[in-house]
Amino acid sequence: MKIIKNIIKFGKITPVLLGLIAFSYCGKEKPAEAESSVGSKGIGPVTSVTLGALDEGMAQKGKQNFETKCSACHKFEEKVVGPALKGVTERRTPEWIMNMILNPMEMTQKDPIAQELLAEHLTQMTFQNVQESEAREILEYLRKMDKK
Amino acid sequence: MIFIGLGYGCKGGAATAALASDAAKRVYVAPGEKDEVYAFLSGGFSGQMSVYGIPSARLFKIIPVFSVFPENGYGYDEETKNMLRTTHGYVPWDDSHHIEASMTDGKQDGRWLFLNANNTPRLARIDLKSFETKEIIEIPNSAGNHASPFATENTEYLMAATRFSVPIPQASVPIENFSKGDFKGTVSMVKVDPKSGRLSIELQILVPGFDYDLSHCGKGKSHDWCFFTSYNSEQAYKMIEVGASKNDKDYILAFNWVRAKQCLDQGKASNFGGEYYRNYLPENQPVISEKLSGVKMLQPKDCPGVMYYMPTPKSPHGTDVDPTGEYIVGGGKLATVIPVHSFSKLMDVKDKPEHRSGMIMDIPVLKYESTLAGEVKKPCLGPLHTEFDGKGYAYTSCFVSSEVVKWELGTWEVVQHLPAYYSVGHLSIVGGSSKDPYGKYLIALNKITKDRYLPVGMELPQSAQLYDISGGKAELLSDFPTVGEPHYSQMIPAKLLMDKAAKIYPLEENKHPYAIKNEKDARVVREGNTVRVYMTQIRSHFKPDTIEVRSGDTVFFHVTNLEQDFDIPHGFAVGGAPEMPNLLIMPGQTRTFKWKAPKPGIYPFYCTDFCSALHQEMQQYIRVLP
Repeated sequence: MKIIKNIIKFGKITPVLLGLIAFSYCGKEKPAEAESSVGSKGIGPVTSVTLGALDEGMAQKGKQNFETKCSACHKFEEKVVGPALKGVTERRTPEWIMNMILNPMEMTQKDPIAQELLAEHLTQMTFQNVQESEAREILEYLRKMDKK
Repeated sequence: MIFIGLGYGCKGGAATAALASDAAKRVYVAPGEKDEVYAFLSGGFSGQMSVYGIPSARLFKIIPVFSVFPENGYGYDEETKNMLRTTHGYVPWDDSHHIEASMTDGKQDGRWLFLNANNTPRLARIDLKSFETKEIIEIPNSAGNHASPFATENTEYLMAATRFSVPIPQASVPIENFSKGDFKGTVSMVKVDPKSGRLSIELQILVPGFDYDLSHCGKGKSHDWCFFTSYNSEQAYKMIEVGASKNDKDYILAFNWVRAKQCLDQGKASNFGGEYYRNYLPENQPVISEKLSGVKMLQPKDCPGVMYYMPTPKSPHGTDVDPTGEYIVGGGKLATVIPVHSFSKLMDVKDKPEHRSGMIMDIPVLKYESTLAGEVKKPCLGPLHTEFDGKGYAYTSCFVSSEVVKWELGTWEVVQHLPAYYSVGHLSIVGGSSKDPYGKYLIALNKITKDRYLPVGMELPQSAQLYDISGGKAELLSDFPTVGEPHYSQMIPAKLLMDKAAKIYPLEENKHPYAIKNEKDARVVREGNTVRVYMTQIRSHFKPDTIEVRSGDTVFFHVTNLEQDFDIPHGFAVGGAPEMPNLLIMPGQTRTFKWKAPKPGIYPFYCTDFCSALHQEMQQYIRVLP
């Protein structure tokens, strides 16, 4: 029981902690506020993605990967372990989405949006051994789901 | 001499504060920094292998090999339990003495380690990407598989020889018939597939019934040969400690394995009985267990030139070959010298009648002086094992006087005595049994620690002591307790292994027949009284997560860890499972927990390996119906 209580407590203090971390960046520059991060590309290997018309074949491959590696924690309409993904391609840049898939550890440490998401959901977004080309296919699947 | 070990520094090792602080700096690995060397220690009576970092002496892992391991389920689950299958049935334990590292051109290549089982004769292969046991092969026609597994220079073969001679084939004869020649030994050549590492018994050679104790194979010029010590050439069978210590000299058996292979290819070996199991783990599938029958057996008389006996004082224990392949050092356990044979001399005299003193079972016995390169005179009491630093020096452990002696090859002069606390058995230098020692560190593996650590009741830990041998004088740096009995060790530079270590089992490569790769496929399937639960785990939940079965059902939980992230195993345990421990399931792996559904009620199951902030919520219920 004690442990459970502690974890709940831990859950409560985490956002505060994250806030502290955000404002103690070696006493130098204050990191960007979350609002100004709208349009952020995140941190990771992906710096530029050019989106064209929806590629059905790519989306289909993305769906298969999503079901194996992502669906245990993400649904579209409701929060499960991670946030509901409906509308994610409107909320975030394609680069941010791919970086979150490919580089979740560094993202939750340094990216303000990812930090907020961790504080809310309390489970570290996991790297699922996804290649960059596969992340691009998953992005295409997310685009397809948002067009419905 | 005896007081060297027992009169020295009972209050600690390093003599002065300055020395201690200097030694402390050299073994300190700062938080976040990594060690320079992997030390793999066998577990002796634990049957396992442990992995330490050197110089810090931090324990990283225990690799289960020959004994069950409830901590992670090795030897219990449907996937690994067959690894411990033998012709005697399921054997849950063994006694593991010697570790050998795979080599290419005599140099450690970082692919596999091999370990022997002494009690129920077997050899194991441990993979150095996953740091897991991948194969265990039983050795038929053997008892007490002590002189193993010693590899030839390119790991063409592993050698294994019998410590306890027995009637071969087995027969219930009067024990006194030992001294009448009814008991025999065997030397086994176990082939290692150069690509896969898979093991197979290619040939056995029937040898006189002595106790074959240890072995090492040649290098360079002596590439074609392996050497085996033997004691009890007296063939005593009662009060062996007295009876087997009568002869002034026993033997080192020089075995030309290339010649043996030639005789096999020429059809000189005959079909011989002997059943044995070979169990191996294909990547991410359950263990495949095969029962095999029959071997090829070669008699020395049918293959002249295959074996020679070199007399060696007295009840020799270790036999070690220096990096050049020229010197064969005998650990003259009960002798006052360390005898060293010369490979060149052996080649020169082996077929000259004037250098022979007789024959035993058609194996020529050479004269001691004919193959002798030199003797290290009065080095210590009870010399056992020798390793080499690659700079022209040898280090020999001495059990009785509790020390390691450093001596020079060629001059046979002792240059340093290093106290060991206490009763040192094997010792190990980084790459010290290979053609290309890395040197720098030596560990002495001690059997007795008496007053070295805080007392913890009757049984105290064994220990390892770390010496820096990079300078002119070797220095004791630290002293650490170990897991099981650290019988022998192979130390390998970290740079050879660390970048190759596996991080996950890729899900797409999982070929387990009951694996599922996404939650959509999670389900419960009934087949008569058998229930199969196709289950997934990911931080921090199971699917399916509420399960109903009937009392008396046999339930198989086939659990796949869907994580593909480094260092996130999940556990699986069910309350009140009488025959199963915990399972730890690696990312991308499937393991199976077998459970007989007990009397009706609600039974919780949960993840035992702390995985996330919601780990405590990773729990579910099974309902057992009448």
